[in-house]
Amino acid sequence: MKIGIPKELYGGEKRVATTPEAAEKISKLGFELYIESGAGALANISDAEYSAAGVTVLESREEIWSTADIILKIRAPQNYPDQNIDEIGLVRPGQCLISFIWPAQNPELVERLAAQMATVVAMDKVPRISRAQKMDALSSMANIAGYRAVIEAAQHFGRFFTGQITAAGKIPPAKVLIIGAGVAGLAAIGAARSMGAIVRAFDTRPEVKEQIESMDAEFLMLNFEEDGSGSGGYAKTMSPEFIAAEMALFAQQAKEVDIIITTALIPGKPAPVLITADMVTSMKPGSVIVDLAAEQGGNCELTERDQVVVKHGVTLIGYTNLPSRLANQSSQLYATNLRHLLTDLTPAKDGVIDINLQDEVIRGATVVKDGAILPPPPPPTLSVAPKPAQAAKIAEKPQPKPQSALSQWLPYLLGGLALFGIGLHAPEAFLGHFTVFVLACFVGYQVIWNVTPSLHTPLMSVTNAISGIIVIGALVQVSSTNQIIQLLSGIAILIASINVFGGFLVTRRMLEMFRK
Amino acid sequence: MSHGLQTMSYIAASILFILSLSGLSQQESSRRGNYFGMIGMTIAILATVLSGSATDLGNGLNSYHILAIALLIGGAIGAAAALKVEMTQMPELVAIMHSLVGMAAVLVGYANFFHHDANLIGAEQTIHIVEIYLGVFIGAVTFSGSVIAWGKLCGKFTGKPLLLPGRHVFNLLLLIATIGLGYWFVQTAELGDATPLYIMTGIALVFGVHMVMAIGGADMPVVVSMLNSYSGWAAAATGFMLNNDLLIVTGALVGSSGAILSYIMCHAMNRHFLSVIAGGFGSAGGGPVAEITGEVNPIEAEEAAQLLKESKNIVIIPGYGMAVAQAQHTVYEITKLLTSMGKKVRFAIHPVAGRMPGHMNVLLAEAKVPYDIVFEMEEINHEFPDVDVSIVIGANDIVNPSALEDPNSPIAGMPVIECWKGGTTIAMKRSMASGYAGIGNPLFVHENTRMLFGDANDRLQAVLKALQG
Repeated sequence: MKIGIPKELYGGEKRVATTPEAAEKISKLGFELYIESGAGALANISDAEYSAAGVTVLESREEIWSTADIILKIRAPQNYPDQNIDEIGLVRPGQCLISFIWPAQNPELVERLAAQMATVVAMDKVPRISRAQKMDALSSMANIAGYRAVIEAAQHFGRFFTGQITAAGKIPPAKVLIIGAGVAGLAAIGAARSMGAIVRAFDTRPEVKEQIESMDAEFLMLNFEEDGSGSGGYAKTMSPEFIAAEMALFAQQAKEVDIIITTALIPGKPAPVLITADMVTSMKPGSVIVDLAAEQGGNCELTERDQVVVKHGVTLIGYTNLPSRLANQSSQLYATNLRHLLTDLTPAKDGVIDINLQDEVIRGATVVKDGAILPPPPPPTLSVAPKPAQAAKIAEKPQPKPQSALSQWLPYLLGGLALFGIGLHAPEAFLGHFTVFVLACFVGYQVIWNVTPSLHTPLMSVTNAISGIIVIGALVQVSSTNQIIQLLSGIAILIASINVFGGFLVTRRMLEMFRK
Repeated sequence: MSHGLQTMSYIAASILFILSLSGLSQQESSRRGNYFGMIGMTIAILATVLSGSATDLGNGLNSYHILAIALLIGGAIGAAAALKVEMTQMPELVAIMHSLVGMAAVLVGYANFFHHDANLIGAEQTIHIVEIYLGVFIGAVTFSGSVIAWGKLCGKFTGKPLLLPGRHVFNLLLLIATIGLGYWFVQTAELGDATPLYIMTGIALVFGVHMVMAIGGADMPVVVSMLNSYSGWAAAATGFMLNNDLLIVTGALVGSSGAILSYIMCHAMNRHFLSVIAGGFGSAGGGPVAEITGEVNPIEAEEAAQLLKESKNIVIIPGYGMAVAQAQHTVYEITKLLTSMGKKVRFAIHPVAGRMPGHMNVLLAEAKVPYDIVFEMEEINHEFPDVDVSIVIGANDIVNPSALEDPNSPIAGMPVIECWKGGTTIAMKRSMASGYAGIGNPLFVHENTRMLFGDANDRLQAVLKALQG
């Protein structure tokens, strides 16, 4: 099948849906690729690079849409009256469109695409399960957004992130508060930490505490018992009491920190307002707020979508296209996500996609199949969900059973009885040997514990050689007058001496190999 | 040679043997220890030969000619085997040598029985007969058990445990029969009736075969060290039979050495000694084993090389697969190259990796890996959070996180090398088949794990080439 990649039309969108590296791998699945000239220009990828990777460069957008069976895009198709282009109208019946769609927010778009008899796979609907991580474009874009958010903040912040003591005076480190420790939040923590800032983070889901702390940031605890974990790794809406406690925490933090990065999103709902106008006023002049939820209305009351504004001396950054601001990087990750999805869609590697609705991932991502709108899939079963019951079980296990007095003393008792019985009946000569035997066992016990584990194999071969001492037993009998005894002893000497010689020599050979 | 001189020689030999074993406590003194053992053995044999006297056999031959010929032939075979053996075949060699000790114990026991001593009466005689009986029994079990272990190790028999229905009852019946025959033997031995001894030898052979057949391949280190222990006890029993203190001392040393090794191996697998000996898995846990779900992330040799180039702290975890693929030399080539690039490369060895205690150490030593970069599991396990890349070569159960995380796993509680706590794990395997324990390994579907499929040596060669290129 033919895959077409048109140029993105949305204002400020610099990303492109595939890169030359990804294209090469996609063509190995049996596809032919076509790209609109200049599609990668804003992500610093030239047409020549695509040609070199075996992608055919076509001049016009119409050619792409009319040639391709599959269209790979970033942004959902849209009507651009100012450019006089209606992308939705270009969709042909039977064509497969793979891009971000946001079907819940754009029902008319889905209906129009269905009316065009297309098949639509939404990258934003790929279920967030472990198996689908490699196609999870939301996560890879969120990762970039989190990183970029810190860069944007640094750009507008008038000071260092890291603390220093210089000849010209002491520089305090910047304090960064990150709200919401999802993928974007964690990426922001990582970036801010590596620039040297003091990072604090808050999340309603207590299980992310460990992740936050693993990134070397401080987890802000709320003195309140409520678990905010929703399905699919997202948070849910919290109770009013919880929100009140949370707001008090933010109000207090706002006075202390220099930079706030908010990433709180609840799926399908406007972003919760976490930073009020009062909190902004209370912040130190020159502080920065980066609102990653600006697209859904913003976590900060004063954020303006796609704008950088200064209010009450605080810079408010409301960019919604942060991934596009690292266009080359995000194109790469998005292209890789797409490639993995295509790999799953073409199990036969024959260049023909198979929308297999039995597959949990494909079912989740498919919004329209051959013009029929599919109902939203059931929520995914999380394979990475924590299992508290099991953890508790493990914790219980190592507790040893309290031993009863009897079972503790029984071995000693039996040993004592055995010694008593032997002492009562055994003759003198035997007891002498028995003494030697028991003492030798104890000597062996003491000596062997000191042997280093790396020499266990030489130990075995040397004990093998030593146990060839049984040759002595045969030696004392070989001089018997009985021929059978002579024969038996002779064979015994032979095989025991194999042990003696073989054992010592192989040990020597091994020990020669060990060197520092 | 006088009796007193012989006794002194035996004491000297005993001390030398003890020094020999204690010499193995460190690498530096280990070679000297081995020489002590050789000297001790020479003294013991010379003292025994000189204190006896040869019997004339006619035709100008005497019994010492038999002795000399047997020593020469045996010595030549032993020396040839020692010089020829591949280090990967050490477990097989050790196992077959155990069987020889067992065999010798049986022969000496029989010879001693036929050499009827009329001086013994009453309790002394009963004890002597019991000693013969025990010596032959332990010897025969050691012999047949070691032969089976040898066969399993070199792949002549299946590594899977053979679990007969009612095997415990069968073992119990064999044991009861042995005790019954022993009673019969004590009653009739004075008359020179060896029938119970013959029957018992047969039973002991069957017992040895059955015992080792029921033990799975992953438990082989325990079996090998257990048979090591048995061969010692067989020598000690022979010592009692012949009233020879040197044999008793040496047998006891070897016996306790093997017993401690078995204990260490069992401890490393968190298994009870009896459950290993009784054979088979399935003693642990009641609930269902957690299902392993997730996606395998394959990787190519070139990408693996790239990953290694970008890391600083590397740990290599070898398993039995490295021995099978004979990959130890390639591993060391890679180690040298990475070290010359300024990276910290170390080896982590699990106590039960391979088929014999210390198997991996010997293989790495053969490839000339310096032993100060080879670490035991316990020494290095806490460092994994700082490790960038771990390479697992043909190991499975010893790096299985479910041992710690899933209380229902058959290997629950076994200490394992916690490589998943580090950065990336490159796991080398021939395919996605499960390990000897027959259980899935969540490490292979862990998000930080990359699977490098193929023959270990072949893939490592490719990695080496990519690193050089």
